Amino acid sequence: MHIVSALLIGAVFGLGIAISGMANPAKVINFFDVAGTWDPSLIFVMGGALVTTAIGYRIVFGARAQPLFAKSYSLPTRTDLDVRLIGGSALFGVGWGISGFCPGGAIPALGLGQPAVPVFVIAMAAGIVLARTALSAMIDKPASA
Amino acid sequence: MATEFTPFMSLFGGILIGVAAIALMALHGRIAGMTGILAGVLPPVGSDWQWRAAFLAGAIIAPALYLIAGGSVPFAVPVPVWAMVLGGVIVGIGVHFGSGCTSGHGVCGMARLSPRSIVATITFMITTGITVYVMRHVLSVGVA
Repeated sequence: MHIVSALLIGAVFGLGIAISGMANPAKVINFFDVAGTWDPSLIFVMGGALVTTAIGYRIVFGARAQPLFAKSYSLPTRTDLDVRLIGGSALFGVGWGISGFCPGGAIPALGLGQPAVPVFVIAMAAGIVLARTALSAMIDKPASA
Repeated sequence: MATEFTPFMSLFGGILIGVAAIALMALHGRIAGMTGILAGVLPPVGSDWQWRAAFLAGAIIAPALYLIAGGSVPFAVPVPVWAMVLGGVIVGIGVHFGSGCTSGHGVCGMARLSPRSIVATITFMITTGITVYVMRHVLSVGVA
């Protein structure tokens, strides 16, 4: 049951991404190209998603002590700001600006059947795996040599 | 390459993203962050990959069905293939160390007023803007 639920929720997310324009790299890059062919549409995507979620989360957390299919809400508890968070986010922005794709835009875009999308997604998956393995080992290892 | 200003479709799409985020929290207790959901099905695969795989499948199938049903999704890639590869690898590394992306930090984390998500979102919005400016107006990549 919870698998069907996740599939349907994913479908709503993917449909929202597709019709909002977030799955279109040209539109995403234009949102940031204030000095050129500016398209402010994405402020409506992010604003609509953020306000809806903020209101909905409050109702959910207020109404139910636990989610329907799990024992508890899995919420990040960290509040500290560190170099990884800021450096990683800064790097993510560079990649987003180069390609026009963020993870949430690219995955639903796979359904559009455009050849550029799997190229990006495979490269992104490789980047995540690389970061989790080789790069993390490199950063975590104390400088001994 | 200009794109059409679509305030109503974009707002409607954004609300759907929010509805999905609320449903994933209410039913599964999870943050609707694409980075975390995707990372859980990549090696080393986590033990709870099933719901993640289902979410990803739904997210891919829905736009395909929308196209089949006659919906239109404007799509254009204004940059060369190398930018997709380079951008993809950098995004992957960045979202791992940054613990999230536009959906996880920008929507779900900001909605919870998480200080880490607010700082992350401001950071990547700034570097994306700078990168787009450099790509378009300094390096002239993808500008016809």
